[in-house]
Amino acid sequence: MRTLYTTLKYLAVTLWTVFVVGPFLWALSTSFKDFNSVTSGAKYIPWLQFEPSLQGWQVLMRTPANGGVDIVEPFFNSVTVTCLASLISIVLGTLAAYALSRYQFKLGFVKNNDITFFFISQRIMPPVVLSIPFFIMLSTLGLLDSVIGLIMVYIVLLMPIAVWIMVDFFNKVPREIDETALIDGCNPFEAFFQVVLPNSIPGLVVAGMFCLIFGWTDFFFSFILTFTEVQLLPVRIVALNSSITPWWSLSAAALVSVAPLLIVAFVVERFLSKGNLSGALK
Amino acid sequence: MLVANNLSLKVGEETHLLDVSFEMKRGGLYTILGRTLAGKTTLLKTIAGLVEPDSGHITLDDTDYSGRPVWQRNVAMVYQQFINYPHLTVFANVAFPLKKQRLSQTEIKSRVAKAIDQVGLKGFENRKIQELSGGQQQRVALARSLAKASEILLLDEPLVNLDYKLREQLREELKGLITEEFNAQGVVAYSSTDPLEAMQLGGELIVMDEGKILQQGPAKQVFEHPANTRVAEITNDPSMNLWNAHRDEGQFRIADGLNLDVPKHLSKVAAGPCILGFRANDITVAQDGVGFEVELSEISGSETILHLRRGDNRMIARVSGVFDAKIGDMIPVNINEGQLYAFATDSTLLHSPYEEKS
Repeated sequence: MRTLYTTLKYLAVTLWTVFVVGPFLWALSTSFKDFNSVTSGAKYIPWLQFEPSLQGWQVLMRTPANGGVDIVEPFFNSVTVTCLASLISIVLGTLAAYALSRYQFKLGFVKNNDITFFFISQRIMPPVVLSIPFFIMLSTLGLLDSVIGLIMVYIVLLMPIAVWIMVDFFNKVPREIDETALIDGCNPFEAFFQVVLPNSIPGLVVAGMFCLIFGWTDFFFSFILTFTEVQLLPVRIVALNSSITPWWSLSAAALVSVAPLLIVAFVVERFLSKGNLSGALK
Repeated sequence: MLVANNLSLKVGEETHLLDVSFEMKRGGLYTILGRTLAGKTTLLKTIAGLVEPDSGHITLDDTDYSGRPVWQRNVAMVYQQFINYPHLTVFANVAFPLKKQRLSQTEIKSRVAKAIDQVGLKGFENRKIQELSGGQQQRVALARSLAKASEILLLDEPLVNLDYKLREQLREELKGLITEEFNAQGVVAYSSTDPLEAMQLGGELIVMDEGKILQQGPAKQVFEHPANTRVAEITNDPSMNLWNAHRDEGQFRIADGLNLDVPKHLSKVAAGPCILGFRANDITVAQDGVGFEVELSEISGSETILHLRRGDNRMIARVSGVFDAKIGDMIPVNINEGQLYAFATDSTLLHSPYEEKS
């Protein structure tokens, strides 16, 4: 019985691994192919089944003038926009979440829960609903097709996530810890920065991860709010697709776009497994 | 001297504090005794400044504490939950308030070392909080309060979450620490739901119920002369038994065939209705006693708690030793009339068995 259970367990894990890792390996293999290797039937193993070529990768590095599709600039645009928007969202969102968790607000019939819901409601609407207002707002401000404009829009998209996760997290940190800090001589700001925040690192990491993932993978808003000056990576990758789909450079670009998130995931995972984050609060 | 004048606090429809006034002298140990939700924690938090009362004032010596923010009051507090700073080591936890007071490094080191030694955690300085047991965590919280050397020390049921044995042990240590180390300089307020704990700590007793102070005085005096039936209930565990009675010639008539002789100290009770009170340990099992039916029997090692009933009259008895009684059994008991309390029908105390002695 026990062996059967173990076998089933390993079988399920193996299937899931193939399911998750398969597309990556396929993309990796495809990125080293050229036109002939892709079109002449399914082949997967380099050197054995096809001659690997760096053509797909080289196209990504060349400027359009030399017949390439430069993804270096969009890559760093994406890094700048995602990181800055996530950072600002986390800072503002954490402060807002702490206030919502610890203080009672009342404005007519609007109370704490309504304010929290207001933040989350930003994510309930389909993005399309927001696209026209955003477009008009940015165009009025002269911020269309600019990094600053994108950062502003992304903050609107990411801050609800930060607020939502952090309100929940702060609600689990006993209020008595803040009170003890106050009694021990901290003013409310010191209590927050010196006592509550250092004990909220797991929550901050989770919120930061979500902001990075949502920001990095957004296609819709960067597609609508940028044209030629500033392009983000997802938009540039889609733009690769012309009359002939260049599967080799598309695969390479896709891998480039996934790499930063993979690195973040590995770093956080190691950090978590060291036990630095888990169990900070009993 | 810490003085509170007419503190009141209402949250929504709930009364947390109602017209609370007291004086606590420096060097005094004050136990705030009350059932859960009596307003004990609210009162301590009001003293600390964590809760702002709707009305009333708190002054320490001649300084008005009203409106003064928490971090500018010289207060230390230990919670019933084990509250420490989980991201810091034991040493850093105890040093935290001292750093806030901007003391010199050498001063901080010596004070922290002393406090950690006092609570018996020497050698644990570099441990993280979550590596400690519950009792040790509460010791850290206590060390932090002692090291701070504040003028007011608030202890909010500090031992209630510990297991029985540890509680007994820590209570003794705690009493020693706060009377020797702390008491000379400041005021200690200790809240508790346990009458036994209050008696063991000694000092002054403040009995609270529903946000009000019912009685204040030395522990022994409150125990011997409870101002009313509610105080008598709160200051006894099990609660004092209270029966409606009718004073007749030479007898208290209670109910069908249940009569008690009028003891000497209650001879002044006027004829008519009154309330009689007696403690659970003033009941003995005796062959010539009145028969009571057993409703519940709890054996706790050295003694047995019996819930007894006769007609509509119920009482809780504490008899020594293991007393094997089954539910429904009839057992004969005697009530020690020499220890009877008499309360008026409005529940205020008329006469106590300790009157002549005190």
